[in-house]
Amino acid sequence: MPRAAGTAQTARLASAPAAPLPSPAGLPARAGIGFKSEHAEELKKGPASIGFLEVHAENYMGAGGRPHADLTALRALYPLSVHGVGLSIGGERPLDRAHLDRLRRVLERYQPESFSEHLAWSTHDGHYLADLLPVAYTGATLTRVVDHIDQVQASLGRRMLLENPSTYVAFTASDWDEVDFITEVQRRSGCGLLLDVNNVAVTCANHGRDPIAYLDAFPVAAVGEIHLAGYAEDHDSLGARLLIDAHGSPVATDVWPLYAHALSRTGPVATLIEWDNDVPALDRLIAEATMAEGYLSAASARREHAA
Amino acid sequence: MSQAEFAAALLSPRSPAPHGLRTWNGSDPAQRFRVYRNNVVVALIDALAATFPVTLALCGEAFFRNMAREFALASPPASPLLADFGQDLPAFIAGHEAARPVPYLADVARLEAARAAVWHAGDATALAPDTFAGFPSDIGEAVLKLHPAHAVLSAPYPVVSIWAAHNGLGELADIDLNLPEEALVIRPDLDTEIWRLPPGGAAFIRAVGAGQTVADAAMTAWAGNPAFEPAAALSLAIRARLFIAIIPGASR
Repeated sequence: MPRAAGTAQTARLASAPAAPLPSPAGLPARAGIGFKSEHAEELKKGPASIGFLEVHAENYMGAGGRPHADLTALRALYPLSVHGVGLSIGGERPLDRAHLDRLRRVLERYQPESFSEHLAWSTHDGHYLADLLPVAYTGATLTRVVDHIDQVQASLGRRMLLENPSTYVAFTASDWDEVDFITEVQRRSGCGLLLDVNNVAVTCANHGRDPIAYLDAFPVAAVGEIHLAGYAEDHDSLGARLLIDAHGSPVATDVWPLYAHALSRTGPVATLIEWDNDVPALDRLIAEATMAEGYLSAASARREHAA
Repeated sequence: MSQAEFAAALLSPRSPAPHGLRTWNGSDPAQRFRVYRNNVVVALIDALAATFPVTLALCGEAFFRNMAREFALASPPASPLLADFGQDLPAFIAGHEAARPVPYLADVARLEAARAAVWHAGDATALAPDTFAGFPSDIGEAVLKLHPAHAVLSAPYPVVSIWAAHNGLGELADIDLNLPEEALVIRPDLDTEIWRLPPGGAAFIRAVGAGQTVADAAMTAWAGNPAFEPAAALSLAIRARLFIAIIPGASR
């Protein structure tokens, strides 16, 4: 594929900021929801008051059947974000070429407005570990992650968004601050960023950091999407709050103000309500999305006022 | 800390947490590491529970989850396609000492594994049953192409009846658990269906799938099971919309 080969050349320019990759139009600056199969028939009745749908790439890597039939119908009605959970970009081993090929086929078939993946690893020595596992923030990790993103973007022929993680432990080996690390990955790879505000709340609570300072340092110019979700709450061995990125409840009350703060820096940007476990009725999801739309409208108004 | 060490610690619940972890407040990193351990095992068990609902109902949730944990830790998925995860669970159940009291458990799991595979298999346009209505007696010379989204299995237990009873079709108490059954799992369009095949039906469909003519496939099935009745098996397969093409015989 000539276009992909050309992109490979551009993306591999050592550590200089990469040239821009072909980038689709992008998601609308509205609130979207994660698509769950139990909502398929309601959503097919016509565009609900939501800005876009997001799906996990891995659910559409089968040969056929209802998943593809549903997504084909819905893709005609809604802007689409494809979100990967299995690429293992932070992995020590080379990327799984077979998985990357499957991913490319999903993107070619559905032509989503956005593709995103995680700053995490999930596969090791051929075993898929079904979680987003943390990476040590070191120079070696940085080089590896940038190489992997280069490879992904070249193979897909498009820019990807990289999501900041929720983490529960830190590594003694880490000598980079998380935001500095993400900033440098973005600068070197030219990727976009997915700012998961729930992950900011979780990670900051779990590592004694100030989430506002985190957001203030975040390289917002590259943000192409925001995620919001609910967390679960636990405690560490000293009784300090330990937040778990659970995606099984409404957006937490302390995440909404962080979202407002994030928007004050990013301006209005596509925002997803992630609710993957104990999935509620579609109305409940749309209610969460409507909350986010309120914040987006306020951010737009501020922007117009300032202009 | 290497990812090899981290991954090994995730999959062996009794091993210590990996080296090189730290926490901002001096709390125990091993306790926090257990969040990852729990996430991994729960995600894998939940994936199996979703694929094997009748197996779970037959042995009980607690038993199933313990067995699934043991399986998942010993044989974690080979790819991020969790829909494929569990194809080896039936064999694990067959060798699982604690599952012996439910002798048909592994065979019901085979049926559910087939159902999961068929759900994601390729699409094709199934021939409507009336396509065969005007077909003359020389159907025996024809080769029939099978829908890619199908599977057949033979079991020494009445797996179709057990599966159906758990889905509101019939009573478990009415089933003679000593009867063997053969199953056709088929997804002609978007919904997966399970049909009970007449005796020898699975061998017949396998032989048709291997490219034998209908008559030759009938002979193959009959050789394996003298109770095989070709008309019953063929008409069921036609009604189930198993076929996607008829290649007439070249004899005339």
